[in-house]
Amino acid sequence: MGLKERINEANEQAFRRMVAADPVLVDVAPAAEVIPGLRDHMILHSGPPVTWERMCGAQRGACIGMCLFEGWAADPAEAERLLSTGAIVLEPNHHHAAVGPMAGTITSNMWVWVVENKAFGNCACCRQVESFQQFGDHSKDALALLAQWREVWGPALRAAVRRMGGIPIKPLVARALLMGDEMHNRVVASSSLFANAVAPVLADCGLPKEQVVSTLYYVGNHPFLFLGLSMAAGKAIADPARGVEASTLVTAMARNGTEFGIQVSGLDGEWFTAPAPRIAGLLLPGWKEEDAGLDMGDSAITETVGWGGFAIGGAPGILTFTGGTAAQALNYSRDMRTITAGISPDWLMPALDFTGTGVGIDIRKVVHGNLVPVIDTAIAHREPGHGIIGGGIVRPPMACFTRALARFAEKYRE
Amino acid sequence: MRKTIVKQNRYFDSVFLMLVARRIAAQPGIRDASAVLGTAANRKVLAAMGYGAGDEAFAGAGPNDLVLALEGEPAAVDAVAAEADSWLARGSGAPEGAGSALPEPRTVAEAVARRPDASVAIISVPGQHAAREARAALRAGLHVFLFSSNVSAEDELALKTEAAGRGLIVMGPDCGTAFLGGAGLGFANAVRRGPIGIVGPTGTGMQEFASLVHQAGSGLSSGIGTGSRDLSDAIGGLSTLAGIEALEADPATQVLTVLAKPPGAGAEARLRKRLDRCAKPVVLCLLGTEDRAVGGRVRLASTIDEAARLALEAAGQGWPRSLACDPGELRAAAVAEVGRMRPEQRHIRGLFSGGTLCYQAQAIFRRAGLAVRSNAPLPGMAELPDPHRSLGSTFVDLGAEIFVDGRPHPMIDATLRRKRLDQEGEDPEVAVVLLDFILGAIASPDPVGDLLGAARGAQRAARRRGGHLCLAASVCGTDQDTQGLQTQVRALAEAGVLVFPTAAQAAAFCQEAMLLLAERKEADR
Amino acid sequence: MTMLLGELLQGRPVFVNIGVRAFGDSLRAAGYDVIQVDWSPPAGGDVQLAALLDDLL
Repeated sequence: MGLKERINEANEQAFRRMVAADPVLVDVAPAAEVIPGLRDHMILHSGPPVTWERMCGAQRGACIGMCLFEGWAADPAEAERLLSTGAIVLEPNHHHAAVGPMAGTITSNMWVWVVENKAFGNCACCRQVESFQQFGDHSKDALALLAQWREVWGPALRAAVRRMGGIPIKPLVARALLMGDEMHNRVVASSSLFANAVAPVLADCGLPKEQVVSTLYYVGNHPFLFLGLSMAAGKAIADPARGVEASTLVTAMARNGTEFGIQVSGLDGEWFTAPAPRIAGLLLPGWKEEDAGLDMGDSAITETVGWGGFAIGGAPGILTFTGGTAAQALNYSRDMRTITAGISPDWLMPALDFTGTGVGIDIRKVVHGNLVPVIDTAIAHREPGHGIIGGGIVRPPMACFTRALARFAEKYRE
Repeated sequence: MRKTIVKQNRYFDSVFLMLVARRIAAQPGIRDASAVLGTAANRKVLAAMGYGAGDEAFAGAGPNDLVLALEGEPAAVDAVAAEADSWLARGSGAPEGAGSALPEPRTVAEAVARRPDASVAIISVPGQHAAREARAALRAGLHVFLFSSNVSAEDELALKTEAAGRGLIVMGPDCGTAFLGGAGLGFANAVRRGPIGIVGPTGTGMQEFASLVHQAGSGLSSGIGTGSRDLSDAIGGLSTLAGIEALEADPATQVLTVLAKPPGAGAEARLRKRLDRCAKPVVLCLLGTEDRAVGGRVRLASTIDEAARLALEAAGQGWPRSLACDPGELRAAAVAEVGRMRPEQRHIRGLFSGGTLCYQAQAIFRRAGLAVRSNAPLPGMAELPDPHRSLGSTFVDLGAEIFVDGRPHPMIDATLRRKRLDQEGEDPEVAVVLLDFILGAIASPDPVGDLLGAARGAQRAARRRGGHLCLAASVCGTDQDTQGLQTQVRALAEAGVLVFPTAAQAAAFCQEAMLLLAERKEADR
Repeated sequence: MTMLLGELLQGRPVFVNIGVRAFGDSLRAAGYDVIQVDWSPPAGGDVQLAALLDDLL
């Protein structure tokens, strides 16, 4: 069989694996319990591997926050000392079947969503989404939120999810896509659906009233709640598509504010990186272009499985965020179908007459068409100590894809 | 027959599902169709309609599952059930882009996906990418009109071989003109339909032939361009032979014409052999060959005019008076022109936008024993050392690669030809300037107008020197071309340019003038 | 759906124009259906990458 046919068959297989996925939220747990290989004095972070020296300001701030949260350091200065002397091991979330938003830092006592892909038996975890620590804010207030998760919300949601025997994610996502969510930056509908689903169970779990009320208030008023779930689900969907010999499909897109990295099914284990790009978008009042950090976060796992920028045709509301038009949104979604292996039978866009989003980014098509994926994302500050400052559209560097393609040719071509 | 199909873990919008159900119900053999989520309430409704009795999957369906309920002829129901996923994948059934302008497709494959009835690809991308696009077009099931040049012989052979295997034709590379069932491709003129077919590698040659056939009151069935290298031995005439095959079988074609420059020896032998057994009358014109032998049923011509005349004759049509050539009149006109020239005027400069017309003019000159230099020389003519500078008597093909690389073709943009005409006008040794003007949909809106200023300038310069510059021209086109044949001819005549009805006649006139100048030079000794 | 050359000469071709728009415009003006392809060189014009893709895609 010629190489082209081999590649096409491998891609077909990888695509089918993504489509066959059945992600179910099975637990909410402390990371140490559920994340393989996570040890004490270890911080998992978003994006490809990076050293403390090369880490961007916001991610450094988040790491400092984790040291304080875990009690490894008493103050930021001590935390910085630990981090810069190599006393803390830094590894990508993706190397531990996990993902995290923005700085994405996960340590043992962070509570995470646990999603199992029932079709293949693999699990993936994602930490909760908030607007401060993950953007590099290591203040007491920022850390207090993480503590809330550990003390109040995490355990409450764990009880509810276990009582329900797990919550299937697919129907929630399919519904939410029809309601104007795109599962990355617009997750209001899915968050509401989730809150509605857990509310009666939370109330009936035998939990103390204050905990129930606090958790109900939290899940009912968090516009980005479901992002943690969609990211964990995205990772759980994509992982079984890893390691298919001769497949050119992307299994991960991840950024750490310093570099943008992709991983390819037929080149499993390797990262193809390039400098992280700037985000083109809008800033919250008081912030300027020079304040903005570069692209950051594992949340591009959503685009990797056909959501986010790939479903943006159904979420014109997001475009006020990015300064674009509804027609542009539709064109993005159509364009993305030209660089993917296939079209999802499940993720439908009403604005495109209920046709599906593109799934399975093919690096050959990206390079051939000179068209990189569209990702819509939030903007962090360059420096540690701030929360979210804006949002917009970002395009991965073409270099990631050309490097992957060259490596693929090296490995597979005669 | 009633059947229920359960698709687990599939959620769809309820209105969308109603659209799907309606489309399924419209299928022949289907009496009723429902598509609903497997909620207890929905299942109760379906059960009341007689569905799902004893069906375990139906009983076990939940709100996150999809239930399709079908009633109808067993064959029809089974067919829908087998394709259930595809019914759900078709979206709401609205045609793509309904209500909003779709961006243009970026590849030929995308284009054919949108228009599966597409039949011909027209390719004019830069040469280094042309073979790839042509291959993609063939694989998408399209015939290829390959205007691009700078495609290797190797690629051309591979493309034409692949095309033959798929029952498709590649017209090109470097194919400027074709007429497919009434549609003019590339540089083409508005020519009525008729019984005369033509195949061959010449672009402007085909344009001139088609225009003359139209002016004679007849018309073209089709004109199949083959690309300039098709009749080389490297390619062996693959597209020419395919074109002959098609025209021979075409009910609209009564006469076949092959118009080409002399082919490679092997290709010519194959061609003649094929033409000899052609069921329809054939006219073969190999420009520049002197072969006058009657080749059986194949009529031989050596100029485009002659090819047109023989083709029309075979179709039972005469050659019109308007196109007739009186050698006596040509001679008289030549005498009148030469009589006004200064002794140092002794060269001709032919500035051609049509490569074939440049070639034909050289052939006419060679037959008369006159030598010219050219950047695209006929065998036996000398090569012009610097294409940008005429030397002695010179015929320049301004459509050659060296002039059109990165620039529009001279049929579209007259800038280079204008500058060259200025240059020739400054040369006191120039006696005659021969020009061709080519009309058509893609050509300049006013080819004659584009050059008139320079023409008048050159005439004035000669007058200032006490001499006379003879300008001779022909216009290739028809009155149905947007530029209007008669309008263009009139504009030339009013500017004192001698206009001839065909390019061959214009060249023949120039031949007379140059012979006279040679005689005069002899006499002066 | 491949239309053989013979059918093409008798029928009404539908064109896909890849490259210079003028070729498509003139046919459209004459009443023929033409789909214009918004063509750009593969791999953004990078000849090496395009050659690589010829083997893979």
